Amino acid sequence: MNWHRYASPANFKRLSDRLLPWAAGGAALFLAAGVWSGLVVSPADYQQGETVRIMYVHVPAAWMSMFVYANMAVAAAAALVWRHPLAEVAGRAIAPVGAAFTFLCLVTGSLWGKPMWGTWWVWDARLTSVLILFFVYLAYMALNAAFDEPERGARASAVLALVGAINLPVIKFSVDWWNTLHQPASVTRLDAPAIDPSMLAPLLAMAIGFTLFFVAVAFVRIRAELVERRLEALRHARVAGEAAAERT
Amino acid sequence: MMAAFLDMGGYAAFVWPAWLLSAAILVAVSVSSVRRLRALERELAEAEGGRDPHS
Amino acid sequence: MSAALALVARDVRLALRTPAETLTILAFFVIAATLFAFGIGPEPQALARVATGIVWVVALLACLISLDRLFQAEADDGSLDQLVLAPAPLELLVLAKCLAQWLTTALPLVVVSPLVATMLQLSPHGYATLLASLLLGTPSLTLFGAVGAALAVGARKGGALLALIVLPLYVPVLIFAVAAVEASIAGLSPRPHLFLLAGLAVFALTLAPFAASAALRQASE
Repeated sequence: MNWHRYASPANFKRLSDRLLPWAAGGAALFLAAGVWSGLVVSPADYQQGETVRIMYVHVPAAWMSMFVYANMAVAAAAALVWRHPLAEVAGRAIAPVGAAFTFLCLVTGSLWGKPMWGTWWVWDARLTSVLILFFVYLAYMALNAAFDEPERGARASAVLALVGAINLPVIKFSVDWWNTLHQPASVTRLDAPAIDPSMLAPLLAMAIGFTLFFVAVAFVRIRAELVERRLEALRHARVAGEAAAERT
Repeated sequence: MMAAFLDMGGYAAFVWPAWLLSAAILVAVSVSSVRRLRALERELAEAEGGRDPHS
Repeated sequence: MSAALALVARDVRLALRTPAETLTILAFFVIAATLFAFGIGPEPQALARVATGIVWVVALLACLISLDRLFQAEADDGSLDQLVLAPAPLELLVLAKCLAQWLTTALPLVVVSPLVATMLQLSPHGYATLLASLLLGTPSLTLFGAVGAALAVGARKGGALLALIVLPLYVPVLIFAVAAVEASIAGLSPRPHLFLLAGLAVFALTLAPFAASAALRQASE
């Protein structure tokens, strides 16, 4: 019996009990500060006007889309190398959160692009890379859910997460290359404008708020996955027990 | 004052949906995650309730 | 090594004995390209403008739909476990499977591609580079595809899942290949793009056998 396999989820529960309130409270605090400074305190940009306020949700969402994927890749490596049960469920638990941030980044990018470019979608290098990242998230989640045994899905999608982590820089490079080949005369990029300290404050507050939010939600979702695995094991044990009882 | 704030320099149709969607996604993700954990924990308590916890 | 070569020979012989599968892929390639002509209209200029992209996208999709049997047949008849447990390194055997797959599906696509390109009014300056880009690019498609096929072994919803996994990985191949052909049509040198395509093939050659083997090992547990 591998006792460490059972010990670590218990440790995780203790850890998350202790840290969850801090993460959730911190997230609420920083998000509130970000909303206040982003919508009220910070000035409009002299070039982009009030649309610059979209940046305070768009750019942190873009950071989160990559940050969550990096977490998935680390969890995938741990799951494949050490067969760590916590790492196996972690990817499945956080992937939808990462996909949600990526989706948010795409939609806010579109909402920012419409007044800037005059159209809802431009094949801007950065937005296009984020779109591909979104597809990779979808593939990960589909593969994770595609098997009858959750362990198979966890391991297969862990391999995919690592293949994606190695390939995403290559894809990013190729999309940049493609974009410079087809660069129209002048397009404003969805870039943080020359950052003024008055803009840095809401940007950082939102970024920290998003990160703490992710940490809090990850604790809850990993706990849920662990409970689900425990339930699954109980069900199996019961079926096995009934089968044994019928045989005698 | 309030009207000017809501107008967002004429870009209200872009700024507010972006922030409202962000809020909606954060709320939806957190609420659904907490609900799922509660439901599963209730189910686990029921499943373990009928048996000796040390078996 | 000899085990790997024997595997290539067996797979190619099997494909030659039942050519229906290869012919179906080729038919898909031609028919799907024809659909684009209906979708875009018969004007030669309009077609010529998008010909490179269509030939490449359709070739890519043809490669994709040829993948779903790559390891699934072995998984169904149980010989996948033998492959995994064989004394030869699994990475080498995966490479052999990929080589056989490339010879029996991708190579015929390359051979037929000038015909499709002619129907789509590709500029005469593009043909040589189109063939070069297909020869350099399709190995990457097969190799990345093998990773996806290995991951999807035993999954409940094969085909669409495989497309979802593999298509993002195909993006760089498509970008560099089309850029190469467009460069030579525009009278520029396609060499930098072809070098990138070759680099991508080397990258796929080093990464894909290991990833596909890891996927197959956990699938046969």
